[in-house]
Amino acid sequence: MPEAAVMAKELLKVRDLHAWYGESHILHGMSFDVGEGEVVTLLGRNGAGKTTTMKAIMGIVGQRKGSVVFEGTETIGLGSNRIARLGIAYCPEERGIFASLDVEENLMLPPAVRPGGMSIEEIHAIFPNLKERRRSQGTKLSGGEQQMLAIGRILRTGARLLLLDEPTEGLAPVIVQQIGNVIRTLKTKGFTILLVEQNFRFAATVADRHYVVEHGRVIDHIRNEDIPANMDRLHEYLGV
Amino acid sequence: MFELLGIPPQALFGQLLIGLINGAFYAMLSLGLAVIFGLLNIINFTHGAQYMMGAFVAWFLLNSALGLNYWWALLIAPIVVGITGIVIERLLLKRIYKLDHLYGLLLTFGLALVIEGLFRNYYGSTGLPYSIPPQLAGGHNLGFMFLPNYRAWVIVFSLAVCLGTWFVIERTSLGATLRAATENPTLVQAFGINVPRLITVTYGFGVGLAALAGVLAAPIYQVSPLMGSQIIIVVFAVVVIGGMGSIMGAIVSGFGLGVIEGLTKVFYPEASNTVIFVIMAIVLLVRPAGLFGRAR
Repeated sequence: MPEAAVMAKELLKVRDLHAWYGESHILHGMSFDVGEGEVVTLLGRNGAGKTTTMKAIMGIVGQRKGSVVFEGTETIGLGSNRIARLGIAYCPEERGIFASLDVEENLMLPPAVRPGGMSIEEIHAIFPNLKERRRSQGTKLSGGEQQMLAIGRILRTGARLLLLDEPTEGLAPVIVQQIGNVIRTLKTKGFTILLVEQNFRFAATVADRHYVVEHGRVIDHIRNEDIPANMDRLHEYLGV
Repeated sequence: MFELLGIPPQALFGQLLIGLINGAFYAMLSLGLAVIFGLLNIINFTHGAQYMMGAFVAWFLLNSALGLNYWWALLIAPIVVGITGIVIERLLLKRIYKLDHLYGLLLTFGLALVIEGLFRNYYGSTGLPYSIPPQLAGGHNLGFMFLPNYRAWVIVFSLAVCLGTWFVIERTSLGATLRAATENPTLVQAFGINVPRLITVTYGFGVGLAALAGVLAAPIYQVSPLMGSQIIIVVFAVVVIGGMGSIMGAIVSGFGLGVIEGLTKVFYPEASNTVIFVIMAIVLLVRPAGLFGRAR
């Protein structure tokens, strides 16, 4: 079967992306693609530039250069609010739950950027805890519930591409499993997901492909089905 | 006829009323300051001048060829002065958000001096009269005191404006966006919200509140270029006591301190000019973030 027929339509195309925080040059030419409906991870050690890549796609780093094309639109010159309006939603590593808003207000905060977002009922069906605790202050939730809130609120917006930055960080194994289920559910619903992970064992349970990041560059690309054959390489990259 | 600690009730209630009136102005002005500080992180020292501009716009409207009365002024002055605030924000303030607080202080304080100087140059420092609208002239004898209608109106109206503002900020989705942008503007913008525009509109609104207070004040105090700088020092003390950026704190401490100031005039007149500052010093010692403030 020809390879091209298997490859999904390209949704996000990153080419030679550089990013800076003040004087420090963090990304040194990231290049990768995410196809429509795929779950793709960025793997790498702490400080490799994974989170910065997410922020650079979202337009919230100090300075960025190169090319980030989303659905054929070049976004490198756009402000972060314009980028979000194209249909990209971001779930930050620190979760970004607002202390002065209750759970429901947190959930309703991101504006709908496109039609076809999930309804509150659908989100509550995936995350029943959010319904029970909708009048609680956002930051009074447990870590796992906060993560679910951070993911849940971007599902309402109708965004097609979700950037999830280490959604499993610091969570108990049973919650990590739940988050894994959620990501697989989202994939079946047609969402495209770019995931940052340090834990490749978790990444392997949800993703189609993996890019290995080091020193602000992509240094390797591994299909999920090729992971068992490439264990030694991965161990070396990730230092586990 | 009863007396309290040797104070006749007329004097007590009279001062209580004056305290409530002052408190109404403290509350409206510190509310605007709190809203602006929350989102812009700038202490708007121009606030007193913008309050004064509100009173002057009312005076201009009445004395212009249009002859627009008090009720029109209540509507038009906040809009006109709010627009000048938006121009100031777009031209000047937006350039200093990333700098130290000190620059915001210098810029807004300097602007206040320029605006006051301009008005004093043209109108001198003696006040211009602005009479009470005829619909609110006169008053009622409540038995224990005489309540002028206009003063009752000021208290009720400013309370309504304060509570309305509180409701919008604490109970609506627009307010939720505002609170979220106060906490983490970068993330709110990354959700697709135009935060710079939100900041501009918020500053315009806070300035409009000051101008509205200025219109309310015009028939009570005289319309004078100095009216802003006389009240604003106390208002800053009120904001510090209530807690920088706290909406309810600004309202409660505004009215509360007005009343305390009024009562001090009855029981210990010598301290009436300093009592608010003494309270401020005590609050800063005990709760540096203010009575309703969250430590940042």
